[in-house]
Amino acid sequence: MAALTTGGRPGKDAMDTIWTMLRDNATFLLNGVLTTIGLTVLGFTGALVLGTLVAIFRVSPVTPLRVLGTVYVEFFRNVPLLTLLILIVFGLPDIGLLLPLFWCGVLGLVLAGSAFVCETVRSGINTIGVGQSEAARALGMSFTTQLRLIILPQAFRTMVQPLVNNFIGILIGSSLAAAVGVSDITNVTQQLNIRYAEAVVLFLIAGAVYLVFALGAGGVGAWLERLVTRSRIGGTR
Amino acid sequence: MIATPLVEVRDVRKAFGSFEALRGVDLDIGRGEKVALVGASGSGKSTLCRCINRLETVTSGTITFDGQPLPQEGRALADLRAQVGMVFQAFNLFPHFTALQNIALAPVRVRKVPRPEAEEEARELLARVGLADKANSYPAELSGGQQQRVAIARALAMHPQLMLFDEPTSALDPEMISEVLDVMSELADGGMTMLVVTHEMGFARHACDRVCFMDAGQIVEQAPPGEFFDNPRSERAKDFLSKLLHH
Repeated sequence: MAALTTGGRPGKDAMDTIWTMLRDNATFLLNGVLTTIGLTVLGFTGALVLGTLVAIFRVSPVTPLRVLGTVYVEFFRNVPLLTLLILIVFGLPDIGLLLPLFWCGVLGLVLAGSAFVCETVRSGINTIGVGQSEAARALGMSFTTQLRLIILPQAFRTMVQPLVNNFIGILIGSSLAAAVGVSDITNVTQQLNIRYAEAVVLFLIAGAVYLVFALGAGGVGAWLERLVTRSRIGGTR
Repeated sequence: MIATPLVEVRDVRKAFGSFEALRGVDLDIGRGEKVALVGASGSGKSTLCRCINRLETVTSGTITFDGQPLPQEGRALADLRAQVGMVFQAFNLFPHFTALQNIALAPVRVRKVPRPEAEEEARELLARVGLADKANSYPAELSGGQQQRVAIARALAMHPQLMLFDEPTSALDPEMISEVLDVMSELADGGMTMLVVTHEMGFARHACDRVCFMDAGQIVEQAPPGEFFDNPRSERAKDFLSKLLHH
């Protein structure tokens, strides 16, 4: 650290210290990365399922379902994720539900994420012209058949990029789980920082992990978008 | 009339906010009858057509189909809609399915016909509308006239008792109108019960049994086509027809 504070390049000693720290804590760091992946993947998958369901509520012909959907979205979209996580971690045991910390984190991400996914799905559904739904109804399709076969498959095409945004939101939001004690990459680097006082290096590592995953998600999104666009034109086969 | 009509419309009113699109309409459509619904834009023709399969709900009055009042939204209404084919001005084909899939989809998913059987019938229907070679084309690859013919085949695949045509040629280029009207004339000759909202007076005259003229939300006059076009009784019908002929 001495080399850094004098303003020059880190000396050989400082670099050695960092490498030693990383080597000694490789498993610890790796577990942090895996926890972040777990939080994000489970959080996003859950948010996708729940968010789509709430979106269906919000476009359904049944008024109580629409009201329920609106209240759900307005609550979970407008409460800070950290507040939500703290409520889950400290509130659920009060009503007799004791979840492991990791699953508290997943639950918070699913609840908050689904409110945003819901609005993505709903605006996707709204891009599909009313004629499509009329044609489906005129053929005798039920509300659910219509959604499954006609509306959602078309809506998905316009939803790919906004869903990537939702995914990245959940990935970055997962770092807040560190604050309630989930050992994700942010939490792990924080703990190492307390021991080694290498804030810059450690948080650069954590930042790089998020950056790599977010870029990866963007890449997958771009690939998916090309895939569905091709099938829409559908000409050359 | 001895046999009960397939469709009975009684004193139907429909308001959109303060605008009354239908102001007390009575209409019977007998089995096998072909009825043309003509009139100026905004006279309520399309609204009446859409009320018959309940895409629009009526404000008051009753509509019965095959002796039964139209059910509320739900299973029973879906069953009824499956028996009433509808062709839209904007075609409304499903863009993510091929022509063949568009036609076979509802028979498989709604009528629960086995897929191979439904696809075989879809091919026959495509041949009937002159598009046997377009089975694997997506709607975006078809011309407007071709899309509308696929849409007719899609409606026919449900074996409907009644076909509703809501201005089926109004969105088409002039040279494509006749290919769609030919398909519709053939269908009429085959004995299908049809209600056709149209501006194609030639079709109304030659393919239909009766012409209903609508004005300001009411059926002002109905008569066999020869009588209606040669000797309209009401002033409003005379006015409407004179404007058509003076182009």
